[in-house]
Amino acid sequence: MGQAGTRLGVDIGGTFTDVVLERGGAWFSTKVLTTYGAPEDAIIDGMHQVCAKAGISPEEIGQIIHGTTLATNALIERRGAKTALITTEGFRDVIEMRTESRFEQYDLNLTLPAPLLPRNRRYVVRERLDARGDVLMPLVRADVEALVDEIGAAGYESVAVGLLHSYVNDAHERLIAEVLAERLPDILVSLSSEVSPQMREYERFNTTIANAYIKPLMASYLGRLRARLADEGAECPVFLMHSGGGIMSLESAAEFPVRLVESGPAGGAIFAADIAARHGVEKALSFDMGGTTAKICLIKSQTPKTARVFEVARTYRFKKGSGMPISIPVIDMVEIGAGGGSLAHVDGMNQIRVGPESAGSEPGPACYGRGGDKPAVTDADLVLGKLDPDNFAGGSIQLHAAQSAQALEAVIGTKLDMDATEAAFGLAEVVDENMANAARVHAVENGEDLADYTMIAFGGAAPLHAARLCEKLGVGRLLVPEGAGVGSAIGFLKAPFSFEANRSVFMRLAAFDGSAVTALFAEMEAEATAFVRSCDAQAAISAEHRVYMRYAGQGWEIPVSLTAEQAAKPDAATYQALFEAEYKALFGRVVDGMGIEITVWSVNAFTAQERADRVTESAPAAPPQASGTRALFDPAKGAVLQADVVERGAFAAGAVKAGPMVITEAETTIVVPQSRSATAHADGTLDVFVQEKTDV
Amino acid sequence: MSEPSKVVFQVMWNRLISIVEEQAQALVRTAFSTSVREAGDLSAGVYNDAGEMLAQAVTGTPGHVNAMADAVGHFIRRIGRDTMAEGDVYITNDPWEGTGHKHDITVVTPSFHRGQLIGFFACTAHITDIGGRGFGADANDVHEEGLYIPIMRFADKGAVDQTLLAIIRGNVREPDQLVGDIHALATCNEIGHRRLIEMITEFDLGDLTGISDFILTHSRQATLDAINALTPGVAEGQMRIDGYDRPIDLCVKVSIEKDRIVTDWEGTSGLDKKGINVPLVYTKAYACYALKCAIAPEIPNNAASLAPFEITAPVNSIVNAVHPAPVALRHVIGHMVPDTVYDALDKLLPGLAPAQGAGCLCNFQVSLRPRMDAPAPEDAVRAEVLTFNSGGSGARATLDGMSATAFPSGVMTMPVEATEQVGPVVIWRKELRPDSGGAGQYRGGLGQYMSVGAREGHEFDIQAMFDRVDHPALGCRGGGNGAPTTIARGDGTAMKGKGKQFVPHGGRVDMAFPGGAGYGEPQERAREAVRRDLALGYITPGFATEQYGMTQEDIDAVLAQAKRGEEF
Repeated sequence: MGQAGTRLGVDIGGTFTDVVLERGGAWFSTKVLTTYGAPEDAIIDGMHQVCAKAGISPEEIGQIIHGTTLATNALIERRGAKTALITTEGFRDVIEMRTESRFEQYDLNLTLPAPLLPRNRRYVVRERLDARGDVLMPLVRADVEALVDEIGAAGYESVAVGLLHSYVNDAHERLIAEVLAERLPDILVSLSSEVSPQMREYERFNTTIANAYIKPLMASYLGRLRARLADEGAECPVFLMHSGGGIMSLESAAEFPVRLVESGPAGGAIFAADIAARHGVEKALSFDMGGTTAKICLIKSQTPKTARVFEVARTYRFKKGSGMPISIPVIDMVEIGAGGGSLAHVDGMNQIRVGPESAGSEPGPACYGRGGDKPAVTDADLVLGKLDPDNFAGGSIQLHAAQSAQALEAVIGTKLDMDATEAAFGLAEVVDENMANAARVHAVENGEDLADYTMIAFGGAAPLHAARLCEKLGVGRLLVPEGAGVGSAIGFLKAPFSFEANRSVFMRLAAFDGSAVTALFAEMEAEATAFVRSCDAQAAISAEHRVYMRYAGQGWEIPVSLTAEQAAKPDAATYQALFEAEYKALFGRVVDGMGIEITVWSVNAFTAQERADRVTESAPAAPPQASGTRALFDPAKGAVLQADVVERGAFAAGAVKAGPMVITEAETTIVVPQSRSATAHADGTLDVFVQEKTDV
Repeated sequence: MSEPSKVVFQVMWNRLISIVEEQAQALVRTAFSTSVREAGDLSAGVYNDAGEMLAQAVTGTPGHVNAMADAVGHFIRRIGRDTMAEGDVYITNDPWEGTGHKHDITVVTPSFHRGQLIGFFACTAHITDIGGRGFGADANDVHEEGLYIPIMRFADKGAVDQTLLAIIRGNVREPDQLVGDIHALATCNEIGHRRLIEMITEFDLGDLTGISDFILTHSRQATLDAINALTPGVAEGQMRIDGYDRPIDLCVKVSIEKDRIVTDWEGTSGLDKKGINVPLVYTKAYACYALKCAIAPEIPNNAASLAPFEITAPVNSIVNAVHPAPVALRHVIGHMVPDTVYDALDKLLPGLAPAQGAGCLCNFQVSLRPRMDAPAPEDAVRAEVLTFNSGGSGARATLDGMSATAFPSGVMTMPVEATEQVGPVVIWRKELRPDSGGAGQYRGGLGQYMSVGAREGHEFDIQAMFDRVDHPALGCRGGGNGAPTTIARGDGTAMKGKGKQFVPHGGRVDMAFPGGAGYGEPQERAREAVRRDLALGYITPGFATEQYGMTQEDIDAVLAQAKRGEEF
């Protein structure tokens, strides 16, 4: 029988499957190679490894929380099921016509990404609702029956239904679902009014199609996984991490698999939120940098920021608009093509450009000595003294500084008249500036000033760049937690059960209907709570209420959070005051005399998580002994300095040591520039903070 | 080691580009007109204290590129540098000193640092209505095209000019939208300014002189390198298009010379009586855009990277209309400028330019009101609804054209669901138009069908802004022409491609937007590509037989496979 205190977190990533076991406050983790053919194999393998480390049998696991890139990868690699779309007559090509624009203005040979479903898999029915949900043209049941028979004959596995204005009135979509259930009971159905009931047909249809497209694959995988786990003795409940940063049941995941997209990075954000809670940080910037991309997320009051739409499968240099929009509740992150493997070149204007092309693991950066001749970020890091060539990735890969220098000189140095060090400096500065710009823009879009934020860095490459990013962003404090290598899987175990219900219902504050609002919130809360209740029969469930507001006539709303009181006893004046305060924070000024409206209503139901215990202050301890020194380039100084090398294990809690210094550990290296000092906390987290200015 | 400042300048240049992108994003988020917030018809840029553009956001509108670059100089001259103060915001919709028609509002904000003027932020947005006859081709001179706002102060040391606002409100059909948009324009400059000051403080600069020189020097050199890598030569290009009620000939001579490319429009038709004339700023913008795409796509837009592209046209030719010519629909001809330039460029640099495409956006605006032929329902309203739509782009030397995708404009269409929230309009159809892409080794992009009507109880005027009714996109190197534009009432009666036309209660307008032209002989097209076109309904069986000689047996087999939902 499983034990409540024994939980397993599993994150399937592109290269590795991370498995973490938590038992009575102790943590056991492993990384195994992802097994693409049958992803459950890696999970079983990893589970046995961590069970062995903990000295328990799989029967003792009480709960498994799982996140995966499988859904994302199926969309990127187009490995979904044979899927049909049923849509309103006259709108067959919505997902193919996209926004009718080019995401890259100056490329005459641009290729647009192919729609998820080709045109011959998109079917239409005669019917039409208007923007208020009134019927302009009724849907005739016999028409649907004829169409469903045609779809049945073509042998589809899955059907998406997306009709115009169904976010206001779902009656026609329901009728189609009813006929499908009657005549094709085995086919899987996804309705746009359920998957993503939001205005803007391209986003809604695409999201619904994405859901339908991966549904057979994910339903089958999740079924197999549960069976395999049971065979191996782990008969405990299995839950899934969703893109919004919460956990949902395996059944919900099979029904709405599109909500699994980006669940791994969401786990990373939850991990960072937990670190923030442990250290009492109210405003945190999570910075996750791996081999190919960096992800940045804002975390306020230990809660990651969420959004309602994002883009997956970008086909053109991570360029906005080159992928496909998915409108579901999601942790709001910016992802840019900047990782350890990102390659640099010099463009026509003699500017250094970095990424998004990546060296991958083969041939890898030049310093791997596997034939790579283009300089990658890791090459620059090595030349600048941030990495120890003999101790990279726990010593598993020997690095060759001479080859880095050669690649840097060949590709950058000769063109710009720079030596290897300056070329490396330029490369590192450009990639750091790219990441800093992404963070800055993200902060501004959310009306935030990063100056009072604390950065939390994890992922293999992040601690090498985090302190420089802090310098650029004016961020005073940086935390580098332990276990950063399997952060997402740890994050899964910290996440609440949650479900967010959304409705598009337009309401002007001038025509505010308090009783309608109360009823709407009650209905949504019941829906969201029911989902959460299906995961956990006992836990107390809380709800957060939010409205998305704008001046009437604007197209983009801003989220306004409500207290339970404000949701239960709604009044227009309070909502207006809340909106104006948010608007002013974002854009600096309110627009007088303009009507205000609410467009989207949202209720997020979740189980209360135990707040992580605050880490207690450690008594001062003696500074750690340096194990040696190393020449380290300090970009803020623009010069090479002698830096102490300290092993992370040698850093006792409470010890303080000033930079410049590099702190080494098996998985990564933490660079502390001259402008910063570092101390260690009782939980092993390193705290890198601005040094009192003594001399400059 | 050489000076590390090289790296710092690189970082600051990136930062300025990021700042203007942020500025543009703020405009999208706060704007009211769907043309700005959904379609992205806007631009934003930062300038040095001399009014030279340093960086510009990559937004939907190449048409604003050069025009915006020149605009700030006009503001400095008209307002007077010495009278500028912190908290000032300037405004205009002057077609000749702004971006080509009165429907574009340009707002300029001076940037002060420690009491000193160090630069400017400017932004432009296309708004739904500016009064007059409404957005359309029918005006006989610019005065009929709506309210004119000369270059003037919108805010004086932070105080908004209420008199100006009252005049604006009294003269336009959607006053809330317009006033909201002007506030949004001012807000976005303000956000740009804040970020600029942060950058200046971080890098401890006194002003923008150093970074400005760095950007302009590098950009000029890169552009000159790109131009001087080409073989010098001269070639001519032409295009004939519909015009308002007589055809227009666009004629251009492109000369690749040392350090510059000159584009001369001598020989082009004279002014038209109606509002399709083009101020030179707008012609320059699109000619320059066409050349940059072909020759120097990676060099960011700024004063120096644009300067080597010289554009001239005879005064009062249709591409250099001067006051008081009507210019509201200057985009129709402006959007044809790139394909005309490419007709010439194809002779100098074969294989680089695409075949002709739909060219101008297929826009229309509907003015809805309660029906007047019979009692209207209580909840009937007036509303202005503007939509942007695209035909097909021309095939490329090695690629099919893009279907229903704007070129050269880069604006987005508005979601139908968002459009129908704006007013009592119903878009009954918006989908690809089979057989409209010209046949060829590479097929032209497809145009689209649209049908528009009104909700019960309303009638409307439609402002048509279409070309290529009589002059479809012409094929390249043996490729077929794109299909022409058609517009008709629900009963099939043809309507005009341009101008305001009444549609009674219960009526509907059916439109078919043009396709792009094909590239290369149709018989050279890969058979698999033809089969795929047929299976996906991009072409009909008749077209497959006529253009590609496909046999009936083949056609039946493909259609049967398509019906089974097979992949192609």
